[in-house]
Amino acid sequence: MSQDVQEPEAEALVPELLPLVAWHRARGGRMVPFAGYEMPVQYEGIMAEHLWTREHAGLFDVSHMGQLLFSGADVDAQLETLLPGDIKGLTAGRMRYSLLLADNGGIHDDLMVTRLGGDNAFEIDAGAFYMVVNGATKWDDLGVFREALPDEVVINHLDEQALLALQGPEAVTALERVVPGVASLVFMTAAAFEWQGNPLWVSRSGYTGEDGFEISVPGDAAEAFAEALCAQSEVKPIGLGARDSLRLEAGLPLYGHDLDLDTNPVAADLGFALSKRRREEGGFPGAEAILADRANGSATKRVGLIVEGRQPVREGATVVDDSGAQIGTVTSGGFAPSVQKPIAMAYVPAALATPGTRVTLSQRGKTHIAEVTSMPFVPHRYVRKGA
Amino acid sequence: MSRYFTQDHEWIQVDGDTATVGITTYAQSQLGDIVFVETPDAGKTVAKGDDAAVVESVKAASDVYAPASGTVVEGNPALADNPALVNEDPEGEGWFFKLTLSNAAEVEALMDEAAYKDFVAGL
Repeated sequence: MSQDVQEPEAEALVPELLPLVAWHRARGGRMVPFAGYEMPVQYEGIMAEHLWTREHAGLFDVSHMGQLLFSGADVDAQLETLLPGDIKGLTAGRMRYSLLLADNGGIHDDLMVTRLGGDNAFEIDAGAFYMVVNGATKWDDLGVFREALPDEVVINHLDEQALLALQGPEAVTALERVVPGVASLVFMTAAAFEWQGNPLWVSRSGYTGEDGFEISVPGDAAEAFAEALCAQSEVKPIGLGARDSLRLEAGLPLYGHDLDLDTNPVAADLGFALSKRRREEGGFPGAEAILADRANGSATKRVGLIVEGRQPVREGATVVDDSGAQIGTVTSGGFAPSVQKPIAMAYVPAALATPGTRVTLSQRGKTHIAEVTSMPFVPHRYVRKGA
Repeated sequence: MSRYFTQDHEWIQVDGDTATVGITTYAQSQLGDIVFVETPDAGKTVAKGDDAAVVESVKAASDVYAPASGTVVEGNPALADNPALVNEDPEGEGWFFKLTLSNAAEVEALMDEAAYKDFVAGL
């Protein structure tokens, strides 16, 4: 027997240690190299962890992700030179999904950006921005930001902060018990809290499609805080494997797989990240190309696929026409534990992007039939304002 | 009847000139949740070391090699609807396929249970 698909992102680098690495080992996590670190791919098993998160609450260590602070005069206007979202319009404690764009309209990274008020966990003045970027891209992102932004914009890399995500329908019950007050947050808002004298920055957000929170905590308090969360009956630690299957079912793209420097936001079906004012004003990298695609339609589009049968069709498989010639690419795929079917994301020609269209996939010399479907595969359960 | 093991974590149970093949407890624990198994059709001939079956977990696809040469008698029909049987009972009900051996002496080169146990302990 031999594995011909690698576990996530095997790298030759000597892994740096994140604050919770010993805690994961003690909890029985199976550690793998990931984004330059050692991270738990699973504890009891991906399927069980996935389903636990959909029913209860899962604790994810995402400390490999980059946590950045941006401050200085006109920092919102400066960030808008690189991101296509309405950053100026964000009020304190509000956050937005955005993209770090390249000059050709390609995507350096996808990210979450929050405007901070005066009461924040980072001892920084009101008006600064807190940003979370992907772990594998954070060093490149820092280079892009430093190169493009003027010296007046100060960038702090919060590399001693841990980042935890508590996700699932019971996350609010569990976290409210440990950190009273968090239940008052709604989806895509954030605020400062305290736990045993430690400042926490808590947002109601995540990447599983479930209700939940992301919590920035000082690295030296991370282990005790993770232990306090896992002491709640609703909470179990969850590995990266289930994080991937959960985000795939939620229809959420993963940078480096579904998004990269060769994909633009329109093809990636991330048009919502192009705020209305910014579409009208332009002034972000690749604006001309991106807005032309938005007006005329992009040649390809990211779609969801439900694959017939039981065999997973994974990243790297191709979409083929009747003659077998490649017309598209599968960028993520696997067996979906909640859907109980193999699902995938793929880039297909725009003419094939309508839900209900049947496409042929090719993987290791074998063809599979799939149907284009609207995403998410599993409904989002975010807790919005007024809900 | 005797059972032999490969360095690729297949087991083969030999009974005269017929044999049953599966993957080991260690292999299934490394793979994690198994979501799909493709077994060979009856009548297919395989040489020792050939790709004979496919096993897919949530994270990865793997080939299962034929531990010995022969002709496939049957694939395990239970695995199509219940691939998790490989996790639950890898060295029993979760078998992959049965073979008529063309050269029963080939298995002599494989590990016995004690040797395989030592091999896994050293991984």
